[in-house]
Amino acid sequence: MFEPFLLRAGLAGLGVALAAGPLGCFVVWRRMAYFSDATAHAALLGVALALAWQAPVLLGVLVVALGMALTIWRLSEGGLALDTLLGVLAHGALAAGLVAVSFLPQVTLDLSAFLFGDILSVGWTDVAAIWAGATAILALLAWRWHALLTATLEPDLARAAGLDPGRERLVLVVTLALTVAVALKVVGALLIGALLIVPPAAARPLARTPEEMAAGAAAVGATSVAAGLWASLTWDTPTGPSIACAAMAIFALVTAAAALVRAR
Amino acid sequence: MTAPVRAVAADAAPDAPLIEVTHLTVRQGGRTALHDVSLAIAPGEIVTVVGPNGSGKTTLLRALLGGTPAAAGTIRRRPGLTLGYVPQKLAVDATLPLTVDRFLSLPRRAAPADRRAALEQAGLGDLGGRQMTALSGGQFQRVLLARALLTRPDLLLLDEPTTGLDQTGSAAFYRRIEALRNEMGCAVVMVSHDLHVVMSASDRVICLNGHVCCHGTPATVASAPEYRALFGTGTGGALALYQHAHDHSHGTADG
Repeated sequence: MFEPFLLRAGLAGLGVALAAGPLGCFVVWRRMAYFSDATAHAALLGVALALAWQAPVLLGVLVVALGMALTIWRLSEGGLALDTLLGVLAHGALAAGLVAVSFLPQVTLDLSAFLFGDILSVGWTDVAAIWAGATAILALLAWRWHALLTATLEPDLARAAGLDPGRERLVLVVTLALTVAVALKVVGALLIGALLIVPPAAARPLARTPEEMAAGAAAVGATSVAAGLWASLTWDTPTGPSIACAAMAIFALVTAAAALVRAR
Repeated sequence: MTAPVRAVAADAAPDAPLIEVTHLTVRQGGRTALHDVSLAIAPGEIVTVVGPNGSGKTTLLRALLGGTPAAAGTIRRRPGLTLGYVPQKLAVDATLPLTVDRFLSLPRRAAPADRRAALEQAGLGDLGGRQMTALSGGQFQRVLLARALLTRPDLLLLDEPTTGLDQTGSAAFYRRIEALRNEMGCAVVMVSHDLHVVMSASDRVICLNGHVCCHGTPATVASAPEYRALFGTGTGGALALYQHAHDHSHGTADG
């Protein structure tokens, strides 16, 4: 009953949503939303560089996103005015990426596919790459889960337990760059933040423990992908933004319902 | 970039120091927070670090944890030393759902019976299902203590553990610490400015003002001129802490 392109799109979106949900929880808990935006915006520069050198796009995005994330990570150690700095880097990376893309000889490059995603055109190779990346992200998070939580709560508690909070942050930085690379095809550089932030925010009122929130965020993300795909096919709307809108709608519903329950 | 914390493999004699700090100097933001600090913590003793605000008490505690880069000097830990740490405060972000039970299992899973026992040792009933953000100040502090106890620490580090507690609450908290030390045999290092309590419950007091001003038994320290210069005289010392000007210098620390 599924068209093959729809099956591929669904699988690609599901892979990204399952990884982005739990990782997004840490982005929310640590207030790294701007950090994740800056990393995601750097993806466009990665696309331009990869195309210029005829390298695989995924590799270019991964390298540049990782470079951006590590740069911010190093700078934030120095205690600079991080909010401003992140703003400079996030918008600077986006602008530099747009300029770099304009130098490319390919006149047929579809810019909006990289900005807002093009999930309906993913091939089986893309699906395989996305699931490999998503598995790596989830494996890293599962392996470091308790240490990450402790370091997120209070770095000194982690130190007292013999853990290195700096190393745990590095794990998050690496998984974030990996997420940007695998999510680019699905929702695009501008909307990766929506898959990272909105599902955890929607899961928060329903959760009593960090684990419940992570599982809830993955579930909300997966539902958003399904609903977004359906809406996009039904009303012929752009798919990436439709997925982001579906996540927003779930967030609004859950938050309103939670407020009603509290008010009673 | 952390302090060179070394495990010493040599003699694990029963009364070898748990932690030995030698000539430690720590710089923070261009200012010397600690200068030439040397001290050793023996098993089972209660050591209180007193000093005015900005005297480097918390910096010293974080250095013992291994979280502060040392400009000079060393911190040696006995091999296999387990630390229990009770921070001054812990901000649980509103976006982070966290029950007491879950918190007690961070970073290592604790069995339900152990969690109950630790809560009881810290003077709490079974409130494991409550959200951390729903606890009162005193409950929160005791949950932090319970979590530190779950690791069966050789050394318990407490940073101003009675901040936000009233006087009765503080006194009860310190009595509990002393009882726990007697029961579990762990050493305790705490940072405090409750001077009355320092005098009664500690084996040793270290008076800190960027450097070690004086140290010894509570009686020795109370009669030391350096201590009186910092905190004034008499039993009203706790008040004097806030009123006294702490601008004296021993010609060593520049902070």
